Amino acid sequence: MADAGTLRSATALEDADRRKAWGFVAPALLWTLAFFVVPFAFMAAMSLWKREGRDLVRIWNFDNYVRFFSENALFQGLVNSLEITVIVTVISVLLAYPLAWIIAERVPKRLQRLALILAILPFWTSYVVRSYSWLLVLSKNGVINQMFMSIGLISEPLELASTRTATVIGFVHFFVMLLTLTIYSNLIQLSPNYRRAAADLGANAFQTFWHVVLPLTLPGIMTGAFLTFVLCIGDYVTPQILGGNNELVLPQIIMLQLGRRADFPMAAALSIVLMLAVTFAYVACARWLKIERA
Amino acid sequence: MMQSVRDGARLRRFFSSTAAIAIAALSTAAAPAPAFAQEELNALVWCDHTDPVLLEPFEKANDVKVNVKVYEGTGAGLSILDQSQPGDWDVLVIDGVDVHRAIDLDLLAEMPADGLPTADIFPEVRMEANNTKDGKIYAVTEKFGYNTISYDKTKVDPKDMQDLSIIWSDKYKGRIALYDYYLPMIGLVGLGLGKKTAELSEADMPAIKEKLAAMRAVSKQVSDVVSSQTALATGEVDILVGGGEWITAVLSADKPSLDWTIPEQGAVRWAQSIGVMKDSTKQDLALKFVQYILSPEGQARLATSSCYWAMPANARADEHLTDQQKAALRFDQQAEYLKKTQLYPIPSAELDQQFQDAWTEMLQQ
Repeated sequence: MADAGTLRSATALEDADRRKAWGFVAPALLWTLAFFVVPFAFMAAMSLWKREGRDLVRIWNFDNYVRFFSENALFQGLVNSLEITVIVTVISVLLAYPLAWIIAERVPKRLQRLALILAILPFWTSYVVRSYSWLLVLSKNGVINQMFMSIGLISEPLELASTRTATVIGFVHFFVMLLTLTIYSNLIQLSPNYRRAAADLGANAFQTFWHVVLPLTLPGIMTGAFLTFVLCIGDYVTPQILGGNNELVLPQIIMLQLGRRADFPMAAALSIVLMLAVTFAYVACARWLKIERA
Repeated sequence: MMQSVRDGARLRRFFSSTAAIAIAALSTAAAPAPAFAQEELNALVWCDHTDPVLLEPFEKANDVKVNVKVYEGTGAGLSILDQSQPGDWDVLVIDGVDVHRAIDLDLLAEMPADGLPTADIFPEVRMEANNTKDGKIYAVTEKFGYNTISYDKTKVDPKDMQDLSIIWSDKYKGRIALYDYYLPMIGLVGLGLGKKTAELSEADMPAIKEKLAAMRAVSKQVSDVVSSQTALATGEVDILVGGGEWITAVLSADKPSLDWTIPEQGAVRWAQSIGVMKDSTKQDLALKFVQYILSPEGQARLATSSCYWAMPANARADEHLTDQQKAALRFDQQAEYLKKTQLYPIPSAELDQQFQDAWTEMLQQ
C-alpha cells in the first residue's frame, strides 16, 4: 500500500515535471512552429508550383527542380556557393585558431577581454559598409595595390576587386571574428591538467597539441565552422558587392528570380536546395562531433 | 523558505508591473486619436521619392505625413502589393514598361485627364500606350533617362564611345563594367545589332546571346548602381555600359572627368510612372500627391533627388532648376537625345524569361 502510494506520488511528480518542462519549451516551440515550420512548409509547397508567363500554376510538379539540375547556369550557382563556402570556412578556421589560442594562452587574463573586443571590433560596423570598404581597399587604386607598387613588388595593379578572391577576403574578415569567439570559449574551458598529464607522459608541445588540445577543442571549431558554413552559403551581399557578378552564387540566382519576374516557385525551389545543402553540412558536422566525443 | 518568499514577492512585482504596462498600452491603443494626428499617405516607390527635400513641401502644404516604402524591381513591388491588404497603399511608382502589369492586376485607379499636366510632358515620354488603357489614364510618366555609355573622358577616346560596337570590342578589354539589369542591356545589344527594341523577338535570341557573351568576355564586372559608380569613381573601370546621366550626374562635382554619350546607333530610354492605387481610401489626397510630383516644382525636386538624378518628364521643370543642374541633366539637349533613343524592350512573359535566362548564362560564363 505504502509502495503504491510512493509510486503514485513519484508518477505525479514526474507528470508535474513534464508539464513544467513543456511549459518552458512551449514558447520557443510555438515560435519555431509559427515562424519556421509553417513558412517552410508553405515554401516547400510553393516550390512545386510553377510560373507560366505571368500566371502561377498551382498544380504540383517537379519542373523547377528539373530545371535547376538540367540548366548549367543554375546548377553552377550551387557549385560556386559550395566552393566559396568551403574555401572560406577552411581559411577562417586556420586563421582563427592561432588567434584564439594566443588570446587564451599568451595574453594576460586581465587583458583578454580587451583583446577579444579588439578582435571583434569590425563587427561594430555595418556589414554592407564593410563590404564596400573592402571594394575600395582592393580596387586598382586601392591601399593594397598602392602599397605593393610603392615598394616595387608589382609594376601593374593586381586585379583584386570584383573577383572570387575579393569575395573570399570579405567573408574571411567577417568569419575569423566569429570563429575566434567559439574557439576561444572552448580553449579557456580546457583544464591545464590535460597538458601537464601529456607532458608527464613524455609528449612534446606538438604532440600535446595534436593529440590532446586539438581533439578537445574540436567542438568549438566545428560549432564555429558550421555557423560559418550556414552564414556564408546563404549570403547575398558580399558576393554581390565584392564578386562583381563574375560568377553567381545560389542566393544571387534566387534574387534574380524575384527582382523582375517574381518567380516565387523557382526561388522557393532554389531555397529548398540551399536548405538541403545546409542540412547535409549539419548532419556531417553532428555525426563527426559525436564520434569525436565518444 | 525566505528565499521562496522573496522569489514570490519578485514574481508578484514582475506580474503587477507587466500588467500595469499592458493596461497602459491597451488604454493608449483604445483611446481616440488625438486631435493633432496627421493624415498619412502610403506610397510604394523607387528610392528617389524618399528625399525629404521632395516630400516636405507637399507634407507641409497638406498637413500630411507621406510614408514611403522603397522597392527594387517590378516583381518585388507587385509581391509587396500581393501581401498587403486593400487600402494599405495609396500611390505607386512603377517602371514605365510595366504599367500594364499593374493595370491588368486591377491595381491602379483611373485618373482624370483634366487634372494632370500631360500637355507639359515631353511628347516622347508621354507613353500613352503604356500609361493608358481603353482611353483611360492609369499612370503618368514622371522621370526618365538613358541606359547608354558612361565613361571617363581622360582615360578613353570619346570618339570610340560614339559607336555602340565598342561594348563588345577588345579595345578596352578589362576596363568595362556592365550595368546589372537585363532589360536595358539586352535592349542595347539589340540596338548594336541594328534591331529596334520594340521588335526584339525569340528569333533574335541566338544573336543576342552571342553578343552578350562577347560583352562579358571584354568586361571587368557586372554591377549594380552603387558598385558601378564606385568602379567608375575609383578608376577600377573606365566605361560603364548601361550607365547614363543617372550614374554620372551625382558624381559630376567630384569627378568632372566622367561623361556620358548616346552613340550613333542610339541608346535605350527608361521611364518611371506614377499612379493612384485603386483600393486607396484617400483617392483625392493620392491624386494631389501625383499632381504635386508632376508639377514643375515637384519635378525639379524629383529630378535632383538624393538617390539619383534623371530628367524630369515635365518640360516646364526647368523653371525650378539651376543652370548647373540643367547642365548636369543636359536639359537643353533632350530634343536630340529623345530622337536618338528607344524605350526599353517590353517583352512578353515568355520572352522575358528567355532574356533572364540568357543574362544568367552570361553571368555564369
